[in-house]
Amino acid sequence: MIKIELEVNGKKIQKEIPDHTLLSTFLREHINLTGTHVGCDTSQCGACVVHVDGKSLKSCTALAADLNGSKVTTIEGLASNGKLHPMQEAFKKLHGLQCGFCTPGMVMSVIDLLKQNKNPSDKEIRDWLEGNICRCTGYQNIVAAVKEAAAKM
Amino acid sequence: MASLVGSRVERKEDKKLLTGRGKYTADVTFAHQTYAYFVRSPHARAEIKKVDISKAEKSSGVVAVLTGKDIVNDKIGGLIAGWRIKSEDGSDMKVPAHPPLASETVNYVGDHVAVVIAESLDEARNAAELVKVDYKVLKAVVDTADAMKSDQIYKDIPKNLCFDWLLGDRAKVKEAFDKADKIIKIDLINNRVIPNAMEPRAANADYNPSTEEITLYTTSQNPHLARIIISAFNGVAPENKLRVIAPDVGGGFGSKIYPYAEEVVCSWAAKKIERPIKWVADRTESFLSDCHGRDHVTHAELAVKNDGTFLGFKNETIANIGAYASVFGTVTPTYLFGPCATGVYKMPAAYTNVKAVYTNTAPVDAYRGAGRPEATYTIETLVDKAARELGIDPAEIRMKNFPTQFPFQQTLVHSVDSGDYVAGLNKAIEAADYKGFEKRKRESEAKGKLRGIGLCTYFEACGIAPSPVVMMLGCGIGLWESAEVRFNPTGNVTVFTGSHSHGQGHDTTFAQIAADQLGVPIENIEISHGDTDKGPFGYGTYGSRSLTVGGTAIVKACDKIIAKGKRVAAKMLEASEDDIEFKNGEFVVAKSNKKKTIGEIAFACYLPGTYGEVKSPLPEGEEPGLKETSFFDPVNFSFPAGSHICEVEVNPDTGETAVVKYTAIDDFGTIINPLVVEGQVHGGLVQGIGQALYENCHYDQSGQLVTASYMDYTMPRADNFPDFNLGFTCTPATSNPLGTKGCGEAGAIAAPPAVMNAVMNAIGTEISMPATAEKVWKACKENKKTNSKAA
Repeated sequence: MIKIELEVNGKKIQKEIPDHTLLSTFLREHINLTGTHVGCDTSQCGACVVHVDGKSLKSCTALAADLNGSKVTTIEGLASNGKLHPMQEAFKKLHGLQCGFCTPGMVMSVIDLLKQNKNPSDKEIRDWLEGNICRCTGYQNIVAAVKEAAAKM
Repeated sequence: MASLVGSRVERKEDKKLLTGRGKYTADVTFAHQTYAYFVRSPHARAEIKKVDISKAEKSSGVVAVLTGKDIVNDKIGGLIAGWRIKSEDGSDMKVPAHPPLASETVNYVGDHVAVVIAESLDEARNAAELVKVDYKVLKAVVDTADAMKSDQIYKDIPKNLCFDWLLGDRAKVKEAFDKADKIIKIDLINNRVIPNAMEPRAANADYNPSTEEITLYTTSQNPHLARIIISAFNGVAPENKLRVIAPDVGGGFGSKIYPYAEEVVCSWAAKKIERPIKWVADRTESFLSDCHGRDHVTHAELAVKNDGTFLGFKNETIANIGAYASVFGTVTPTYLFGPCATGVYKMPAAYTNVKAVYTNTAPVDAYRGAGRPEATYTIETLVDKAARELGIDPAEIRMKNFPTQFPFQQTLVHSVDSGDYVAGLNKAIEAADYKGFEKRKRESEAKGKLRGIGLCTYFEACGIAPSPVVMMLGCGIGLWESAEVRFNPTGNVTVFTGSHSHGQGHDTTFAQIAADQLGVPIENIEISHGDTDKGPFGYGTYGSRSLTVGGTAIVKACDKIIAKGKRVAAKMLEASEDDIEFKNGEFVVAKSNKKKTIGEIAFACYLPGTYGEVKSPLPEGEEPGLKETSFFDPVNFSFPAGSHICEVEVNPDTGETAVVKYTAIDDFGTIINPLVVEGQVHGGLVQGIGQALYENCHYDQSGQLVTASYMDYTMPRADNFPDFNLGFTCTPATSNPLGTKGCGEAGAIAAPPAVMNAVMNAIGTEISMPATAEKVWKACKENKKTNSKAA
């Protein structure tokens, strides 16, 4: 067991956890933030993407203990005071989600894209999304939502 | 009030899903939760000699280890085939036993042998490694085409043949072929694919010893079906003691229509140990044990006249149904495949013969489109080949053979109520700038690329119905749908549907329908589904049936609400019922300003009295309350259709193939919400293009699944696609009052032949799916050799 302290969605959390606890397991099983999903075991699907110290990270491939002292933002921490983040708004407006399973990782991932590239082209968005698999939407409305959010942010 | 049907209403379900508040099965954790891990067969075919659980039982945190013997002892029934198919010779199909945990033989890699239940998943997994199974490994049967000639898997099933089915008339076809100027022949493989809903399958079963009730949370497209199967066939608990909840479900695509071994085992075991048991598949378990899709080997022939007129069609297919006959595993390659195999064409004679074979691979069942993609791929690649061999333009040969009169009695089964295939193809030709292709081809050639164009004109049969007909054909269930419309006393509404949404957007589109029917604001309407304890029995969501069948049930239930509302309004407004009109949520007395809102009527129905005097707003004999149910059984299938045109660019030096332009013109009848429909088409297209270019399930000769992770199985990704160009035509369905036809599967049906016809047009060689870079490169290289020899 190992003691860790993380700031998750602005809240300081201290827990004692098994050494091998993945960040995704920590979020889902230890602090009940089940918005972060696990869709594969090989760091391919991207459903588990969260932000660690402001950067997107696949939480199924990181040990929580390795991130001791970090600031983590999950999908639950994006909206503030009930107001959706512009990226969430854009996904809703343009039907960028269907079953919603890949959506949390998708949204967290493309927010990081816009941090790095304020005005990405279609190709840049599609290239960035190489690490996020969606089986429902065909990606087209996700690309459109990213552009919409880029214009608003 | 403006009509909501036809509007791009943003989805009501999105807020929770976008903020991480969705609740999927894996998110549900009970107090005193235990965790299950399944011991699966590492062999494709073996006899089980001995299962030794003694070490596993003593492992840390283990609560129970259960095996096939326990299943036998507790008389738990096997998994079922839901559709009986008769062979051409009249004999019944042959079905092997499929116990939820095997005790005698295992028949594919991933087959279930034992379950370990422990205080934590880690402990369950550790203990599972201590379960020692002695296998006598047998030679596996893997190949679809060779299955009938291979070792016999089950002792009572000769040639590994489940059935040898015929639809159509061989003699008539022979006559037609005798008259033909030319016979076009094609050999096809419809590649096996793996559904890969992003949410892995999961189950969490809880037993309440006080009520003796099991509550099963599961990733299901059809919780009512899960309940009836687990009750009536597996015998785990009577229906009234089994509640099945399919909460938010992360996609299904057919793979979650029916219960699997894991749900049966978790429910049964939860009752045994009197604790909740949670199982969540990891991705490799999903690859191994979710039912797969497609896997046909087909020889088809088309008899034509020199002018391109079709005279007859024959289709000889071997369908691999895997190790066991799954719930829709036998109907998918028969009634969902055969009737559609003649495509959108007048075809004077036709037959489809399907030999369904068992192999030592995961069961194959319905996958988006289910049978219709296989049918469309066959006829559409064959029609293109006919166009090539006859020197006729692919659009022209299609136009020539379209029916123009509707209803159209299609060759093998269907009476197609409405459609306009000519208008659809014309619109696609224009939208795709079909005539400008040669110019684009030259531009591509200037860049060293080969460009090809491919067409697909398709129709499909959705909303399988009516129930007595499908049951006559062998279906074990009815295929009607239910709706309950329940006004609450304060005037808002809950609509219960027996269908299930796992991405399709029912919370929104069904609410649009109810809002229009009842004149109640959409924000005051809640759609409820997925809980067998809440709404009436229903048949779930698959086969593009929900809106056409389930949406109509909502309309019918609303009609009953309005009829009762009129009776009550007449009493309250002291008018004759015949003088009451219902419009925009108000009951109005004709030629007067006397009216009651539907909310006032609902309130009066629930609180039927007045303070200070004995006076009821209800007519004599009228029951209080305002809640109506409808069970809708359509008179016919619905028949969406469309024309898709794909353009690809091939790099002959690398074999890389890119879809550069894709136009889809579809006729889904009335569209309730274009935003949602476009999303359905986009998703279907990516799955269809995925099958054509990227996805392939591969077993090696020993039956090991080689493509069992996202590192090995090519999932379509965002950078594989351009934006799609969508358009619609509309001929409303006549078999339901909404005029809808269904849209969920169209993309997956139309895209594979459109893409492959484009690839073959580009490289000039027949090639099988998926057209991977390697295959295309080899074909280009071969062409170069042939061409230089010829020169």
